[in-house]
Amino acid sequence: MLQVISLLLENKPGALMRVTGLLSARGYNIESLTVARTLDPELSKMTIVVQVDSSLRKQVIKQMNKLVNVLQATDLTEGSVVCRDMVLLRVRAAQENRTAILKEAEIFAARVIDSSVEGFALEATGDPEKLDEFIAVMRSYGDIEVTRSGALAMSLEQKKLRLAPPILRGEDAMLSETKNGVLNA
Amino acid sequence: MSTLMTGAQILLECLTREGVDCMFGYPGGVTLPFYDALYDHPIRHVLVRHEQNAAFAAEGYSRATGRVGVCCATSGPGATNLVTGLVDAMMDSIPIVAITGQVTSKLIGSDAFQEADTFGITRSCTKHNFLVKNISELSQIVHEAFYIASSGRPGPVLVDIPKDIFQGQAHYTPVSSIHLPGYKVYTEGHTGQIRRAAQMMWDARRPLVYAGGGIIASNCSEELQSLVEIIDAPAVCTLMGLGGLASSHPNFISMPGMHGSYAANMSLSNADLLIALGVRFDDRVTGRLAAFAPHAKVIHVDIDPAEIGKNRVADLPIVGDLKRVLSKLNAALVELQPDAAPINSTHRRAWWSQVREWKDEHPLTPAISTSEIKPQQVMVEIDRISGGQAIVASDVGQHQMWAAQFIKFDKPRLWINSGGLGSMGFGLPSAIGAQFACPSQLVFAIVGDGGFQMSIPELATIANQGLPVKIIVVNNGYLGMVRQWQELFYNNRLSSVELETFPNAEMLAGAYGFKGRTIQNPADLVPALREAVDEPGPYLLNIKVTPFENVYPMVPAGGAINEMVLGPPQPVAMPR
Repeated sequence: MLQVISLLLENKPGALMRVTGLLSARGYNIESLTVARTLDPELSKMTIVVQVDSSLRKQVIKQMNKLVNVLQATDLTEGSVVCRDMVLLRVRAAQENRTAILKEAEIFAARVIDSSVEGFALEATGDPEKLDEFIAVMRSYGDIEVTRSGALAMSLEQKKLRLAPPILRGEDAMLSETKNGVLNA
Repeated sequence: MSTLMTGAQILLECLTREGVDCMFGYPGGVTLPFYDALYDHPIRHVLVRHEQNAAFAAEGYSRATGRVGVCCATSGPGATNLVTGLVDAMMDSIPIVAITGQVTSKLIGSDAFQEADTFGITRSCTKHNFLVKNISELSQIVHEAFYIASSGRPGPVLVDIPKDIFQGQAHYTPVSSIHLPGYKVYTEGHTGQIRRAAQMMWDARRPLVYAGGGIIASNCSEELQSLVEIIDAPAVCTLMGLGGLASSHPNFISMPGMHGSYAANMSLSNADLLIALGVRFDDRVTGRLAAFAPHAKVIHVDIDPAEIGKNRVADLPIVGDLKRVLSKLNAALVELQPDAAPINSTHRRAWWSQVREWKDEHPLTPAISTSEIKPQQVMVEIDRISGGQAIVASDVGQHQMWAAQFIKFDKPRLWINSGGLGSMGFGLPSAIGAQFACPSQLVFAIVGDGGFQMSIPELATIANQGLPVKIIVVNNGYLGMVRQWQELFYNNRLSSVELETFPNAEMLAGAYGFKGRTIQNPADLVPALREAVDEPGPYLLNIKVTPFENVYPMVPAGGAINEMVLGPPQPVAMPR
């Protein structure tokens, strides 16, 4: 089934590769992946939608949490979650369809970002299934070109609203674990 | 203010501060500045003959001591040659730090001479890896590399350093703290879970301790011994855990798994409580997972949360460092000990008498012959010389299994072998690393004629360094383990497993300037081993053994571990 994973990770070269490598090493196909900086420019937030055997969902999250660059990996497949996708869509419109297209766009709360003799460029956000419908509707009017962002997800559960990442800072981590004498040196 | 240093000098300063006294490597173009700085530096650099063996030697050093092993290679082919050793260390959770040179920063991505994407290639072969982009972060990265390698579940860490970083200049600033916000190490273990585990142990009728490499990594043999004695449970040690509990301990049952003993596998299959300590329920131990320990509840202690429930659901998981968890667990056991000690209960006495019965029923018995040297006999004689005290570095294959079955280890860190990855060629270089780590200890390298030839160039390293490693070639003329499977599962169609040629051992060793000998008469076995051990320098003993001996007991792949094949198939009598 499709698993939605939210990751907080260091904004460092190679961090993305470690996450995707972990999935590809297990033969999982990534359906979508979005990543961008957080309020803290040293960190990134990533949402991955991936096809994972449901018995292995926990294991995937645990393996991601093991990655040194990953601060927290969370499974957002179930529970109270908001999931949004964005689509940029160009539709070639015949003169007699223009009004109808604009009406449809309004129903999906899509915005017109460009209008030309050829047709329209539209932008819409919403949950992924809703956008599938939007695309299907627009296709019925003529040729279309589509670019989607992939899913962005966020938990709405109270306990998961965390302003600061729940992490051991380096010093605390060291206090419990000084095996190699870095601090003693 | 400290003096200005080159990147190479800063690296050496970091290594020194990490307590590195010796490293294994092979120089090349982009590491020239580093090797120049090494020229008059007290850290000993051992020149191996192939980078793969530098990684294996670093592993041997680490496995024998618990300290971080260090290896070094140049960019491109040097770095790619390290890969097998890195994966090997990853699979067995061995802390090593690999330093690789990289082409000058400006040339990265230009397909420069000897350029390879080491950072990308080794991403999945390491616990973590770094590419140094600025000399100002060099010391921080090197110290972080050692910290990551040695803390939590240990593993290999690679630091890729471009040539211009080695040559650049900066101040060494001591690193006061490690900043790894995403790196989580769980050490303590949940107190409530530990108490529940203790209660489960007292309540169990047929408890069994199943101890693995985590015992060695966590240096907690003493705590394990106390645990076993407090609850008086039988204990099996996996291939990676051998020596974790002394083989001479009365509660030690032996190794379980594909080539484990009958008693160990039957105990696992009948226990009602598995006390799994630092193990990962590897397929070579469990056989068919659905049929593994079917009657047992499982207490699983491991420092890596991802191991909990990976292969077998744990009824009671404890995430933490075994040493800390076991000492708390032992205290809880003593505290919760019921008045009527269950140790003496009828159930427990019945369990022990059953386990002893299994031991007596099918003990591990070495094959004996007066006309040929049986490989098992070689192990028995090495065991007699070792007395549980020698370091035994093994290669991979039949001889590895026989060594694990018949050589006893009374301490941890004596048994050095490639367990998870099963890398042929591991034996000789890991023995080199172990001998450097423990110069005064007797070190055997037990190798097959296949694996030995994979690492044969390291004879030069052994000769150069005058290392008194005793190389025992268990020579059956075949890739024995592969042939065993071809015999048993591929209708005896022996495909590409006959080695045919093997160099004359006396001449081979002689060419490198040390002693060697070939024997094939059982009467020569003991005197030849004695001669090898008494020789102050290295010794190559090539022992021609029965070619067609196979390893038993054996659990066929995918079989349940209580369905062992105890011996070779008996020839069916033809009807007259």
